[in-house]
Amino acid sequence: MTFWEIFLQQLFNGLLIGSFYGLVAIGYSMVYGIIKLLNFAHADIYMSGAFVGLITLSLFANTFVGNAWLGIVLSLLISMLLVGMLGVLIQRVAYRPMLKAPRLSILITALAVSMLLYNTVMLLTQGQYKPFRTGLTHDSFFVGPLRLTETRVVLLVAAIALMIILHLFITRTMYGKAMRAISLDRDTCQLMGINVFQIVAITFFVGSALAAAAGIMAGVYYGTVHFYMGFLIGLKAFTSAVIGGIGIIPGAMLGGLLLGLLESFSTQIPFVGTVWKDVFSFVFLILFLLFRPTGILGRAESERM
Amino acid sequence: MEQIKQKEKNLNPFETAVEKLYELFDNTVLRYSVLALMVTFLVYLPLSSSLFTQEIMTNMFFYVVVCLGLNIMIGFAGLLHLGYAAFFAVGAYVTGIMSATYGINFWLTLPFSMVAAIIAGLAIAAPTLKLRGDYLAIVTLGFGEIIRYTVRNVGITGGAIGLIGIERPVFFGIVLDKISHFYYMFFILSIIAIFISYRLHDSRLGRAWQYIREDEDAAAAMGINVVSTRLYAFIIGSCFGALAGSFFAAKMTAISPDSFMFIHSVMILLAVVLGGMGKIPGVVLGAIIVTLFPEVSRDIGQYRLIIFALVLLVLMLYRPQGLWPERQFISTKK
Amino acid sequence: MALLEIKDLTLRFGGLCAVNGLSLEIEENSIRSLIGPNGAGKTCVFNCLTGFYKPSSGDMLFQGKSLLNTKPHIITYGGMARTFQNLRLFKQLSVMENVMSGMHCRTSAGFSAAVFRTKGQQAEERRIREVAEECLDFVGIPDKKHYMAKNLPYGDQRRVEWARALATQPKLLLLDEPAAGLNKEEKARLIDLIARIRDERKITIFLIEHDMGLVMKISEKIFVIDYGIKIAEGSVKEVQDNPRVVEAYLGKEEQEDAV
Repeated sequence: MTFWEIFLQQLFNGLLIGSFYGLVAIGYSMVYGIIKLLNFAHADIYMSGAFVGLITLSLFANTFVGNAWLGIVLSLLISMLLVGMLGVLIQRVAYRPMLKAPRLSILITALAVSMLLYNTVMLLTQGQYKPFRTGLTHDSFFVGPLRLTETRVVLLVAAIALMIILHLFITRTMYGKAMRAISLDRDTCQLMGINVFQIVAITFFVGSALAAAAGIMAGVYYGTVHFYMGFLIGLKAFTSAVIGGIGIIPGAMLGGLLLGLLESFSTQIPFVGTVWKDVFSFVFLILFLLFRPTGILGRAESERM
Repeated sequence: MEQIKQKEKNLNPFETAVEKLYELFDNTVLRYSVLALMVTFLVYLPLSSSLFTQEIMTNMFFYVVVCLGLNIMIGFAGLLHLGYAAFFAVGAYVTGIMSATYGINFWLTLPFSMVAAIIAGLAIAAPTLKLRGDYLAIVTLGFGEIIRYTVRNVGITGGAIGLIGIERPVFFGIVLDKISHFYYMFFILSIIAIFISYRLHDSRLGRAWQYIREDEDAAAAMGINVVSTRLYAFIIGSCFGALAGSFFAAKMTAISPDSFMFIHSVMILLAVVLGGMGKIPGVVLGAIIVTLFPEVSRDIGQYRLIIFALVLLVLMLYRPQGLWPERQFISTKK
Repeated sequence: MALLEIKDLTLRFGGLCAVNGLSLEIEENSIRSLIGPNGAGKTCVFNCLTGFYKPSSGDMLFQGKSLLNTKPHIITYGGMARTFQNLRLFKQLSVMENVMSGMHCRTSAGFSAAVFRTKGQQAEERRIREVAEECLDFVGIPDKKHYMAKNLPYGDQRRVEWARALATQPKLLLLDEPAAGLNKEEKARLIDLIARIRDERKITIFLIEHDMGLVMKISEKIFVIDYGIKIAEGSVKEVQDNPRVVEAYLGKEEQEDAV
């Protein structure tokens, strides 16, 4: 392959993986922005999303023979709804009572929720890899030098579409405005008559639904799902959120795409390769925290006490 | 004094009992005689108990050491560390490699193990400690995973199989190879750990950690360098972990990446939270419960982690200060 | 030379200008007040002085040295201590431990000194306790030292905060609304205490206060700011008669009442 062929191929891979990171990163960033919680359970919500998708997909397996995409879209929507509700439930049971508690307590709570989801799924699946059967064909075609499959193109388009919808939701609707307001000052919002709990719940719903979508997309992309699939992507999605500037939603998307691209190109660097790419992105997180903790889009403002 | 009496009336029976007990133990003679009795019992135990009991007890002492190490970070300084197992992996592997591959005497590996822990601690903590506490949590979580990944993929650590043939330490001519030897070794280590914890707790440094934990800005306004004081806690805690890891390697003579999974970090964290963060007897209690619990309930094997997670969740929601009861009034003697 | 000199200090948050071109001087051994309506930027000035906020422009000189880009703990070490508007005690610790925190920057024992309890460390600990007890005595609550800070009544918690600031052995003490939440009797004792801090300890005092009666009674000179701009300075009498002050102040107060 020539340099350009490799370059284009890695560019596409990077964008695709990066859009998964971005979708998960949005959830981290939104929750962090609104209640300043690093939601450890988010990675496991992503994983749960993939498994809920697996179940709904198998329910539709016989209904939509010959039209695989219709089944996938339908199960995607149902899973997003269910997992979104799971996110709200977690928020209600575990996080809401802790909002006024010391930060350490709520972090440990988040860790406990994460362990609970993770181990439940591990137990239910007996730690097995589960095939994610979609019924899609894997015929590839070429666009210039770029080798693509229908699946991958649709996934990338869908991920970007979801991000655009989210952006419109945040900037154009009342709920989005309330979210941004709460992230600035929760107490004042309460005084202004904003139902803070409701908005926080919506935030969890949206973040979890997007993570579920990413989980299903990852299932479609890789062909298998596993209870452990959330761990690394959780770490990377958090890295993406930090790169973009935590709490800033377009930043999470940008950070995700950037990290995806970096990782994809890093596999071409001698010594890094595919074995070390995960370590590489962790090093990248440390470097960002060291030199630009506010992220690319974050502004270094005077911290208020 | 009158106000104290007044307030005591508002306590529930349990709290009153706790106050009474605390008052009783304000008596130095009583306190030290109870301690002496406990130590005598623990010294005598290996002479009369089965190997199985000794093994569990050794494991318990090991947990006491690592839990107290984590307690310095999380309990004293309020730093949430989620990759503590990685630090005892660092210690265990430094000792393992030096001993198994290069045949270096066990005791000589200890300083290197500490230096390695300090370097690793600085590398991950220095960029993160000046930021919000949450960043430290995820960076340490990531670090734990990266260390495990690295030892799995590097030649010198023996990859996924790990290292075997770590030499037994020699102590004044005695080769430490019986379980009772390690029983005493870890017993002494845990006493040292408890001693250091108490001394630190009541020192200028220990107080500074607690000030920062309580209110970072107020601590800074009192002239405390928040970043470097936290870094200090992090490094001391890391050294505790690494040293425990070195001794662990010597006891096992074989180590593999699976000995340092995330779940171990969680168990240690659970022990600290369960007993009560920052309270030394509480942490010791937590370490005991976490080591004994799986032994008395082997049947629940696969549900163990789910139960741990639930315990952690319920604790945080209903008793975040842990099991060890808190004193309502601070001693009037000191 | 003035002990503290603020030159053209400006602090912006995004588009909002919290402090705008403020200049003032505080002479050694004086008592000065900073007043102004709510949201006038008074606490922001303190936060800039103590290194919690980074000013957008301007300079602050303490004993002739610039405080720009200096971390809060270095500033405290240099001899400026502060209290907080909303109490910021270490709630789970005893009153004694709270006040001992002030001595941290005047002592030096580290890890090994603590573990081996060296002679020097023991002497240092004794000194820390002595100073802390003396400060508690000075503010008038020597008998409360073993209470957990959160169990004290509000007025006593305030005193713990003053004692804690005094324990840092400052040259300049910044008090952010020290009388907030105190009753009449406690306020009277506060006035007395502030005078004693200056007279007996030779500590310069710079305070923010809403209680005009208290400000008028103790300050020798008053600075008035509104919307981050200094609108008046001078003696109690001069400020009282200044029409701009009356306008800014009373105008604002009326609005507040309306809310």
